[in-house]
Amino acid sequence: MIKIQVDMALCQHYGQCVFEAPNVFHLNDDDKLEYLAEADDSERDNVEAAVDVCPMQAIRIVE
Amino acid sequence: MSAPVVIVGAAMGGLRTAEALRRAGYAGALTVIGDEVHAPYNRPPLSKDVLSTVVSHEAVAFPARAATADVDWMLGTRVTSVDLDAHTIVTDDGTVLPWRALVIATGLRPRRLQLPPIAGRHSVRTLDDAMALRGELVPGARVVLAGSGFIGCEVAATARKLGCEVTVVSPSVEPIVRPLGRLLATELRRRHEAHGVSFRLGRTIAQLDGGNRLDEVVLDDGEILPADVLVEAIGSDCNTGWLASTDLDLRDGVLADPAMRAISIDGRVRDDVYVVGDIARFPNLMFDDVPRRVEHWNIPTDTGKRAGSVLGAWLADDGTYAEVAAQRFTPMPAFWSNQFEVSLQAYGLPGLADPDGIRILAGDIAAEVIVGYFRGERLVAVVGLGLKAALLPYREQIAAGVG
Repeated sequence: MIKIQVDMALCQHYGQCVFEAPNVFHLNDDDKLEYLAEADDSERDNVEAAVDVCPMQAIRIVE
Repeated sequence: MSAPVVIVGAAMGGLRTAEALRRAGYAGALTVIGDEVHAPYNRPPLSKDVLSTVVSHEAVAFPARAATADVDWMLGTRVTSVDLDAHTIVTDDGTVLPWRALVIATGLRPRRLQLPPIAGRHSVRTLDDAMALRGELVPGARVVLAGSGFIGCEVAATARKLGCEVTVVSPSVEPIVRPLGRLLATELRRRHEAHGVSFRLGRTIAQLDGGNRLDEVVLDDGEILPADVLVEAIGSDCNTGWLASTDLDLRDGVLADPAMRAISIDGRVRDDVYVVGDIARFPNLMFDDVPRRVEHWNIPTDTGKRAGSVLGAWLADDGTYAEVAAQRFTPMPAFWSNQFEVSLQAYGLPGLADPDGIRILAGDIAAEVIVGYFRGERLVAVVGLGLKAALLPYREQIAAGVG
């Protein structure tokens, strides 16, 4: 499993991560980010890509 | 041992290229050279949040990844010239370095007003720029912005939030009008004015007056604006000076093919020279085959990953190079902006829209809205103020090339 952290003080809910890792990140109907704090190892590459595309650099994979 | 792969430019594009090269299996020597002393960091906050709080490298640095732990970072070093035949570069202390493959990622520098130097003049591109400006944005400071593009308007909003008196001077008819079109530009100006930002549109700055430091900005119509601080955000120029003696196509940035390989003036594609980031002029087949430079935040990451993957295949020499280089590469241009309560988000290339091809797709221009940009029947861009989740399906439409 990988552990994912989003700094919600930084997050601006742009939703770029949703495109890279749709199984982990989601924008709800109120335009707010929802995400899984843990995901299968198979999601690692997608979450790494989500880390890269976050304009606020708010996403971390906790090793 | 073979010469290293050398990446010239140690910002986001250089970093993502280095990471992608390692991901593609290249385990050899890798050198990244940057003229700033700072390890790669994220620039957008420098005109926004970070400028209104504590400006530090720690606040904006990209996290280091294990895969690039053995990269040789030559920071605070400028490359002055390159010899593409001899496969060497020369740095500002006269050192000659060999390379096996070269990545051009030197980006842009802010254009400056052609006026005499005086204390109080600023630009915002680097962390050091932002640190120097931060100390001057004190409550009551009289701040003049030269330029009404995204960075000018973001700095204006940030300075206003910090309690400064803010005036934006620009030759344009509206702020941000070139990238966004008249409809949204007029609305954004209205919102800035509601927060107390003044505009002098259709005007340029003719003269700067003061003794030891700036005291007045004089406009071309003779108006005098009292000013403690002048922030120049009038666009950028490509850092191609070090490439001047090469035969690369430098007509606007550096020309590259969709595999991000540099192209010489006679049309020859180089297997060993790559171009990454907003300095790269390349075709995006999502729209057409016209090579363009794109100064959006996602481009250094997307082109860096692409260049790293293609160059990795070339270096591996395992028969996959032609196939990797031929893969379709159509990165979705994307950008964001925060100005006061406005959270703006855009996909695609609004500049491609027909003059009469801009219309509201959803919402209310005075509140939250989605504006579409059409070339013929085709949606080429979409810009949202708020309505983030509702914007996402339009992104797919742009990518799919449908109206």
